[in-house]
Amino acid sequence: MPIISMRNVSKFFGEFQALKNVSLDVALGERVVVCGPSGSGKSTLIRCINRLELHEVGEIVIDGTTLTNKPSDLEKISSTVGMVFQQFNLFPHLTVMDNLCLGPRRVLGLSEEQAQERAMKYLNRIQIPEQAEKFPRQLSGGQQQRAAIARSLCMEPRVLLFDEPTSALDPEMIAEVLDVMTELASSSITMIVVTHEMGFARRVADRMVFMDKGEIVEIGVPEDVFTAPKSKRFGTFLNQILNH
Amino acid sequence: MTRLLILIPALLMLSGCANNWGWYVVDPTTTSGWNNLKFMANGAYYTITMSVTAIIISVVVGLLVTLPGLSKKRGWRMFNRTYVEIVRSVPVLVLILWVYYGLPALSGITLNVFWAGVFALALSDSAFQAEVFRAGIQSISRGQYEAAQSISLNYRDTMRYVILPQAIRRILPALGNQLVYMMKMSSLVSVIGLQELTRAANELVVTEYRPLEIYTILVLEYLVLILIVSAGVRWLERRLKTSDA
Repeated sequence: MPIISMRNVSKFFGEFQALKNVSLDVALGERVVVCGPSGSGKSTLIRCINRLELHEVGEIVIDGTTLTNKPSDLEKISSTVGMVFQQFNLFPHLTVMDNLCLGPRRVLGLSEEQAQERAMKYLNRIQIPEQAEKFPRQLSGGQQQRAAIARSLCMEPRVLLFDEPTSALDPEMIAEVLDVMTELASSSITMIVVTHEMGFARRVADRMVFMDKGEIVEIGVPEDVFTAPKSKRFGTFLNQILNH
Repeated sequence: MTRLLILIPALLMLSGCANNWGWYVVDPTTTSGWNNLKFMANGAYYTITMSVTAIIISVVVGLLVTLPGLSKKRGWRMFNRTYVEIVRSVPVLVLILWVYYGLPALSGITLNVFWAGVFALALSDSAFQAEVFRAGIQSISRGQYEAAQSISLNYRDTMRYVILPQAIRRILPALGNQLVYMMKMSSLVSVIGLQELTRAANELVVTEYRPLEIYTILVLEYLVLILIVSAGVRWLERRLKTSDA
């Protein structure tokens, strides 16, 4: 059974239709990279999965729970889905350690010691344990994004969504974040990554999803789509971003 | 700055030697002058306790009025707007008179002058406080709410641990302004007879007939109080800033 199942999902912002009849299944442990031109609905797609946006039409089932657009949905999927944002969205008034501990303490009910132990585990994993007591603004962009990834991991979600995690970073910092994500991909966590980093996609993705104008145009394994994309639109898109 | 403060009364004193000033009424070297000064300074007790009590209450009430104003539900927002618009349009002096003389007739509840003053000041200020909070909370980016939601914090925890701590740092200068405003408005409570700074000065003027000197001292009293408050607020701002620098 897929951990995420979307059936004919549509989403409107006023008159504008951001998602048109999107259907997508993601299996447990699968790593899916979503790409497409800006405004194609990639972000909206994953934001519907963790309820930052509510869909109007269709069905989204996460880990056996059908989302009904009620506030109670949030609690049901809370421990299942985590999210990493383009702008990191760390809490600027809290230290890295407190950023990581807030969810485990308040939501999962861990003791301070347990939460800190867990936070250190993930800070070690993203290789910035020495930054624990610093505030976000004292960190580089790459370190901030890694800390944000660790914050999500501390909730131990089964699915981790990435919304253009490297788009706000200086080029020299992109690699360190992608390295962390590649390392994560070797674990059992399910990942859906919206990104333009095609090198990462080629290395890590089990499947590529190409979106344009709110629709899923093509889904395929990286070897196939990179060598011979079926649709003309995907071909043009790949050409543009690979040969710039 | 402190030198300047000493300079002002010193200059006034000097000019008093010349002709129509009569500084003897507040001359600390004479017994009566010293007693007069003490009498005036004693008013600070009520000015300070009343302003501080009122500001604490108005911050709490202001916050409670703000939160429904940020709701998605129209009814809650209407409650917020109605409260703010009505309370904001009543002059503080009118509110003080209404609470002290009107409220007992209406409800049978009689407040003593101190609590009537606190109540009127807090009520009046809470509407402004609510607007200050609203601006502060709305200045926090959407991303912070989304991040809080992504780690499943509920509304209360999101506000308590993520939004309000950031909002308060941003509105601290405005809160400081409100406290200064409150200290000055507290002088109006003298009309219902609370022995605060202004009332004390008025009473002394009636017995001593030296309004110029006495009111000058009163001005200086407020000046000192408010400069202390401003320094305190700046200290707090710096402290909060360094704690997340």
